[in-house]
Amino acid sequence: MAVQAKTQGSGWKNDGVLAWVFSAPAIILLLVFLIIPFFMAIGLAFTNQPLVPNLNLPTQFVGLRNFVNLFGDATFHKALTNNFLFALVVVPLQTSLALLLAVLVNQNLRFIKVFRTIYFTPVTITMVVVSVIWLLLYDASPEGAINNVVHIMTFGAVDAQNWLGNKLLVWPAIMLLSIWQGVGFQMVIYLAGLQSIPVELYEAAQVDGANALQQFFGITIPQLRNTTIFIVISTTIFAFGLFTQVMIMTTGGPGDATNTTIFYAFMQGFRQGKIGYGSAITVIYFLIVLCISLTQRFFMREERAVE
Amino acid sequence: MFSSYTMQKRLSRVAIYVVLVALALFFLYPAVFMLVLSLQPDETQIAADMGTIFSVIPRTISLENFVNVFERVNFGRAFLNSIFIVGMIIGLGMIVNSMIAYALARMRWAGRNVVLGIIVALIIIPFEAVAVPLLLLTNRLGWLDSYHVQIIPFVANPLHIFLFYQFFIGLPKEIEEAALVDGASRFRVYWQIIVPLSGPVFATVAILGFLAQWGQFLWPLMVTRGETFRPLPVAMQTFYGQAPFLWGDRLAFAVMMTLPTVIVFLIFQKWFVQSVASSGVKG
Repeated sequence: MAVQAKTQGSGWKNDGVLAWVFSAPAIILLLVFLIIPFFMAIGLAFTNQPLVPNLNLPTQFVGLRNFVNLFGDATFHKALTNNFLFALVVVPLQTSLALLLAVLVNQNLRFIKVFRTIYFTPVTITMVVVSVIWLLLYDASPEGAINNVVHIMTFGAVDAQNWLGNKLLVWPAIMLLSIWQGVGFQMVIYLAGLQSIPVELYEAAQVDGANALQQFFGITIPQLRNTTIFIVISTTIFAFGLFTQVMIMTTGGPGDATNTTIFYAFMQGFRQGKIGYGSAITVIYFLIVLCISLTQRFFMREERAVE
Repeated sequence: MFSSYTMQKRLSRVAIYVVLVALALFFLYPAVFMLVLSLQPDETQIAADMGTIFSVIPRTISLENFVNVFERVNFGRAFLNSIFIVGMIIGLGMIVNSMIAYALARMRWAGRNVVLGIIVALIIIPFEAVAVPLLLLTNRLGWLDSYHVQIIPFVANPLHIFLFYQFFIGLPKEIEEAALVDGASRFRVYWQIIVPLSGPVFATVAILGFLAQWGQFLWPLMVTRGETFRPLPVAMQTFYGQAPFLWGDRLAFAVMMTLPTVIVFLIFQKWFVQSVASSGVKG
């Protein structure tokens, strides 16, 4: 007994140093490349820091000037509004499509795994490639693939459109390919959620005479509550990080029509070398993401409290 | 299980298959379109065919566009750059992240709870939020246009640490304790007991890391200048904007960039699906 206590005691002492040895690489890397840049972003947002040091113009503390300027910056407003609109349309569409796909591939049918594979495949195609393929699909000529599909599906009522050059059509166009690429990921998360619902719940409902629709809204949807919250929140955060599609397909155009928060931060912070202004944009972006994440925690906690 | 039972009752099988096939066409069409038209060397034929049935059934099978890509740019270089960068991030990341996770899950040390709390909080910070100051920082370090500027900042990953941590606390303690009593060092226990038992979580982290890193575009766009250190996504974007603007060549580039990942996915499909599913299990 005494011997054992002694071993444990010495083991504990060793653990103190050893634990830091085990943790040091990760802690140092996170500190230098995540925590410090994070606080730098906040600090730099209050300066006129340029990317390339200018000896004639030393970096100065400018107080809230960057944020005041952002407040009156029409391009920034446009970018932020675009992200909100994108999220507002894509999040419900992509979430419900993901649930539909999950329910479909959760059936015990022949070849069902083939369909699951097909629906998931776009997730493994890089967004840059996806953007290039869809650039050609959206070709503005009457020979264009999407133009042809739309022409046929509307029985010739709709003529060739310049999808990416038209301010009204460019968003639906980008939304469609974003959903195409991303929905398989959420489908798989929903599928895992569906498979974790206890079968007894459905058996009991069937005994009570509930039909498929009643079971879906009475059991499936409530049981998937936490999964849905997770999917909605992560898709929303993703929507606010929108960059690649816009950079490749439209470079923010036509005009400012497809400018986004991160695209604007990239243009200001990198292309124009205005680190201070770019940092202020990313600080606002982070605050939005933080609010979305806190919403998730709030709703999930409430769920636990109810239980 | 439930759905198979009730859905079959409500809808006929045929109707379900019609929906399944229609959706499959939607998800397959752009990929098949890319592949088929990449085999067509005649640019005017691509323009004429892209909205017709010949965008999914090849008229000709020619590898001319693929040869063109190799003649026009150093595709192999960009490809190996991507493999090296992503491989290093995943390889180093698995060591660094699993080691701290082991310390958090199994060792008793002052500061353990604080470190764990900070790591969970860090999961929220998206990379985009720190990209601009990180550019300034790495520029000051003189790191721009290199491999390490694309690797080192992404090695430690709070989400991966958390996934490892969750897995490790679920492992039975008995074998480890026996080994420790027998005088094995903590490091040996980690390396010879924990690591071999943790295949699934290592696979999950590797696959999630791959999906996130292979397509990384914003960061390499900011930190690479020429061909030397450029990974595939930036090379694709540059190639897209390079004269002569030939869709056949662009699509051949896209196919060569996509095929390896799709093949890897098809082989390790089960693991991909499990990994993505486990990324959503929270709360």
